[in-house]
Amino acid sequence: MAIVTPLKTAAEQVLAQQFANVKAELPGGGAVRKLREDAFAGFEAKGLPHRRLESWRYTDLRMILREAKPLAGSAAVTPAVRERLAALKLDGTRLVLVDGAFAAELSTLEALPEGVSVNGLADALVSQRDDLTRILSGPSVSADDSGLMLNTALMRDGVMVEIAEGTELDAPIAIVSLTSGSEERAIFSRSVVLAGKGVKATIVDINESVGPAAAQINNAIVFETGDESEVQHVRIVTRQQPESVQVLSLLATVGAQAKFDSFALVCKAGTVRQQNFVRYAGEHTEIGLRGVNLLGGTEHCDVTLVMDHEVPHGTSRELYKTIVGGEGTGVFQGKVIVRPQAQKVDGSMKSNALLLNDGATMFNKPELEIFADDVVCGHGATVAQIDGEQLFYLMARGLPRPQAEALVLQAFAGEAVEFVAEESLRELIMSEIEAWLGERRDSAVVSAI
Amino acid sequence: MAAVQETIDQVKSIDVTEYKYGFVTEIEVDKPAKGLTEDTVRYISARKNEPEWMLEWRLDAFRRWKTMTEPTWSRVHYPPINYQDLYYYAAPKMGASPKSLDEVDPAILETYKKLGIPLREQEILAGVEPGNRVAVDAVFDSVSVVTTFKKELAQAGVIFCSISEAIQEHPELVKKYLATVVPVTDNYFATLNSAVFTDGSFVYVPKGVRCPMELSTYFRINEQNTGQFERTLIIADEGAYVSYLEGCTAPKRDENQLHAAVVELIALDDAEIKYSTVQNWFPGDAEGKGGIYNFVTKRGDCRGKNSKISWTQVETGSAITWKYPSCILRGDGSRGEFYSIAVSNGMQQVDSGTKMLHLGRNTTSKIIAKGIAAGKSDSTYRGMVSAHRKAIGARNFTNCDSLLIGDQCGAHTVPYIEAKTATAVFEHEATTSKIGEDQLFYCQQRGLSEEEAVALIVNGFVKEVLQQLPMEFAVEAQKLITISLEGSVG
Repeated sequence: MAIVTPLKTAAEQVLAQQFANVKAELPGGGAVRKLREDAFAGFEAKGLPHRRLESWRYTDLRMILREAKPLAGSAAVTPAVRERLAALKLDGTRLVLVDGAFAAELSTLEALPEGVSVNGLADALVSQRDDLTRILSGPSVSADDSGLMLNTALMRDGVMVEIAEGTELDAPIAIVSLTSGSEERAIFSRSVVLAGKGVKATIVDINESVGPAAAQINNAIVFETGDESEVQHVRIVTRQQPESVQVLSLLATVGAQAKFDSFALVCKAGTVRQQNFVRYAGEHTEIGLRGVNLLGGTEHCDVTLVMDHEVPHGTSRELYKTIVGGEGTGVFQGKVIVRPQAQKVDGSMKSNALLLNDGATMFNKPELEIFADDVVCGHGATVAQIDGEQLFYLMARGLPRPQAEALVLQAFAGEAVEFVAEESLRELIMSEIEAWLGERRDSAVVSAI
Repeated sequence: MAAVQETIDQVKSIDVTEYKYGFVTEIEVDKPAKGLTEDTVRYISARKNEPEWMLEWRLDAFRRWKTMTEPTWSRVHYPPINYQDLYYYAAPKMGASPKSLDEVDPAILETYKKLGIPLREQEILAGVEPGNRVAVDAVFDSVSVVTTFKKELAQAGVIFCSISEAIQEHPELVKKYLATVVPVTDNYFATLNSAVFTDGSFVYVPKGVRCPMELSTYFRINEQNTGQFERTLIIADEGAYVSYLEGCTAPKRDENQLHAAVVELIALDDAEIKYSTVQNWFPGDAEGKGGIYNFVTKRGDCRGKNSKISWTQVETGSAITWKYPSCILRGDGSRGEFYSIAVSNGMQQVDSGTKMLHLGRNTTSKIIAKGIAAGKSDSTYRGMVSAHRKAIGARNFTNCDSLLIGDQCGAHTVPYIEAKTATAVFEHEATTSKIGEDQLFYCQQRGLSEEEAVALIVNGFVKEVLQQLPMEFAVEAQKLITISLEGSVG
């Protein structure tokens, strides 16, 4: 059926107005300006993503974004921001974005490890580097996503991290994106990580809000990692207002014989759409995408993955664990594309979901699109409630029901966390998961089995 | 190893190198002018001597169809179909409904003989043990030419006749059930079918009756440029059981032909319907010229408590297949099953799968789909399993495996799994791979040629589904799969 684009929604009209107003002052030279113009033209033609688009089937942004909030301007460094930063337990380099703007004064720029250079994205956009368009565009499979187009058109700031060839970092680099939340704002930011050949690094990507006002966040992170590199990306999205809406895109282009892993924890984060577009740019590369989503209330978390195997001998592993309580909605859409020349691909994708009570919903759509014959690809998807036998086992040993449930859920989620290499990060993630489970346990809510 | 030896012998005994049902029967036919207008719909209705309500129903569907657009979401590609360049009705010249086989054109009888479909009851009785008797409704282009064993079935209370006859003889049943599973405006092709359907089978099994024999319909498209639009309606009343088979073939022609059928199954309390299809429409030649466009809407409604509907399909033919036999699990404790083998070779495109909609409590469903793609074909499994909020205790198991033979084919899996109740347990697993080198090596080491080894492994791959078919069909289907894959190795 032909896709009929209805009349522009109020939010779309406001976005168009905003773009017209700010495009002259948004950072970027001629090439970037053209990229923005093209992206916005693309967005105008498509409108906000809606459920008639297959890749946005379960997250109807047109319905969710009833109104577009005013664009955030400069960073609002409130006392709450400083407090939260002080409380964050993170080693290593810290790069801070407040309301999408790079806050150099809050970042640890003076003690950057050797081989690492950091710039605000706004500065990088006006620098005349000729590979900017390529870097910003990311994998081709992301080209027709209108959520990302909006980001390209309106991105204001972020960080650009460059890690020189051969650099091996002992401590993670953290990109902390805080929303001041003093007023309702729309934030468009983008960060870029360029890792040269043989780089070993861990990038932590924290997304939190410190104020009471709900934000509309459209954030993208771009990875370009060189041959033989090993890069891990760990994202934590939490402490957001229930009414907040976040579109988080990850664009990764990974070189030959490299490893790239991305893990994401989403809990207490309102409505979240995570979309990961990954391209295998070289042979014998291993990529792992994993995540844990803990949902309650009316929270909504959509994980959409597109793995583009362009070259032979690629390995991909995806594992997502979703726990849905309340009236929450979990979505998993994973697509593995194996192009005709990409023989010997080994792909395995798994999405497991537990529904805690009636009213909770889970949509699973693991997809395979395979054009090469010599491949081993599989996917599994399950939806169920907590296993009664496991509960019985624990309760027979004297644990009260809420504790027993918390333990089973912790083990369920923990399976995906194990893949985070850095121990301190694993602990950080588990502590967030335990806090979520603890709240549930203490409120003595039990599942409906 | 006896069983294996048997399979090898069977594989060896098949020496057909091409589509063997591709002959044309030369007979005089009766058809209206090309194209589709209200007049065409009136013509069809008049030819079938239909009551006024049926004509109105068709015209209403036709008017709605004109406002719809063709769906494009499936992973199949074909040039636009010119719906005005088709014949919508083609009937062999003879009495509207022949009273006995003697009135049927001998050329048609010869056709069915060639196809191996027994239409003469006495022949069947003479040659085959009574237990294996199958009642056949033979549909030739747009009309049903003969239905066998009607009397014996009537004794058991089973109504088995063409749908045109049912409209005349049992209008109350048709009115009560027609389009209650697939609404008139369900989709583009179903609406088209509602406007211009020409014939098909009607089965009604009354309360508590176990249908004494297998029922089957054999569809044959013969005329050039003719679309076949059949409509099948099967109702199993409380506690009834029926097993129904469907087979299809068409001549080899250079142009594509359209086949847009609608099948509706209704199972009331404790009833069971088993529907098996061996679809072997002409797939087109190696370059993708010709072949049937098979756009079919099949859906079963488990309306009653503890009812069961089981779909089994072996899809080897058609240039394009677009079909999703589905189950609406409305009754508490009802069960839906879907077993499918889709084999594609040459330039064939298959987009097939199922929908299991869990609405009632404690409903269960099982999906086993095996796709085999060879040559330059594309095979897609597209399926949906969903549990409604009230579908307490819904249970599904899905397994879809794809096997790729050759490096120019594609296999795709697009499953949708939607759970809106915490008590649902859904499991889905899918794999895509090529035939294991070690398996091939093992077989070849023991003296099988590569082709034989592939046939053997493929048979093992699809065994789970073949087991669901009635005996006679299983053997036939196994042969078909081997033939379809011929020439795909080496």
